[in-house]
Amino acid sequence: MDFASSKRAGAQPKEITSAKIVVAGGFGVGKTTLVGAVSEIEPLTTEAVMTSAGQGIDDASKVPGKETTTVAMDFGRITMADDLILYLFGTPGQTRFWFMWDELIRGAVGAAVLVDTRRISDAFAPLDYFENRHLPYLVALNCFDGAPRYEPEEVREALAISPNVPLILTDARNRESVKQVLVGVVEHAMRTLVAEQGRGFPAPVG
Amino acid sequence: MGQPNDPRGNLVRPYAVTRGRTEPRRDIPIEAVLVASQAAVQEARFAGHDKYRIAVLCEPRAQSLAEIAAYSRLPLGVARVLVADMVADGMLSLHSAAPKEGFTERMDLLERVLSGLRKL
Ligand SMILES: Nc1nc2c(ncn2[C@@H]2O[C@H](COP(=O)(O)OP(=O)(O)OP(=O)(O)O)[C@@H](O)[C@H]2O)c(=O)[nH]1
Ligand SMILES: [Mg+2]
Repeated sequence: MDFASSKRAGAQPKEITSAKIVVAGGFGVGKTTLVGAVSEIEPLTTEAVMTSAGQGIDDASKVPGKETTTVAMDFGRITMADDLILYLFGTPGQTRFWFMWDELIRGAVGAAVLVDTRRISDAFAPLDYFENRHLPYLVALNCFDGAPRYEPEEVREALAISPNVPLILTDARNRESVKQVLVGVVEHAMRTLVAEQGRGFPAPVG
Repeated sequence: MGQPNDPRGNLVRPYAVTRGRTEPRRDIPIEAVLVASQAAVQEARFAGHDKYRIAVLCEPRAQSLAEIAAYSRLPLGVARVLVADMVADGMLSLHSAAPKEGFTERMDLLERVLSGLRKL
């Protein structure tokens, strides 16, 4: 908390901690649906304006001639206590917006990578992304109706998901099922933290 | 501040101009939450339409930078500049994002989030 300014603002002394979990995955895999299934608010959208060079800017008129793109991210909120809020952020589906993912995962507790088993190869790019980051993640297979029902181990092999990454089935529309995904992310983050501690290097997250 | 004194005394504070400024005064994580006191809302009446709306939004309950941007229909970068100004000017108090370091601090947070999820 910023003590100098909070005193002037007359804020209540209680510090509110906010944490976030990132929901990643390709185009249309059910990220927004998953967030909406547990969020206490309708998923909201926030937009960032980017130049074609991938840098965040604030005013498109300031860069005449440069192409700008608007990247939308959606998110939900779970107020857990008067001093604890969990946010769920869905990544933009298009993989050309990786730089936005970097901002989203910074400081995150962990991530769930959603996979649609009807379009398994769409998951390669998101999985590659997380393999090279210091962020605990799991893979959740979104069981769309009529989707081919692979055995989780077949999917693990097809996507070359390493054995220490948890793989679970989910229905992104179902609150209980989504709860289990999020519980899985946090439990995996705890195991990762304990393992890091055991190896003696407290690697920063994100 | 704190008592309902004449808020016009605060008009001497320079009117914040965001247009053309792209760098926020401080980096604010997208999930960090902000709170405005009632007194801060009164003060923000004189800080321009956008800042006033932000203060009003953050008075009844804490709102993240992401929520502020979404509800105010401002691009994230613009919201970040305004919010950083408001923190510097004492109109918003900035709360903390999850700890990034310290085994105990991080584990405590994970445990609290886990039990919060189980109670959903
Ligand atoms: N049957 C079924 N349909 C689903 C499931 N999850 C999502 N859908 C549907 O699939 C469509 C896409 O879901 P979204 O949640 O919008 O996907 P998204 O990943 O947010 O999409 P983008 O943000 O555009 O990348 C919607 O019409 C959902 O209703 C699921 O588990 N089962
Ligand atoms: Mg979506």
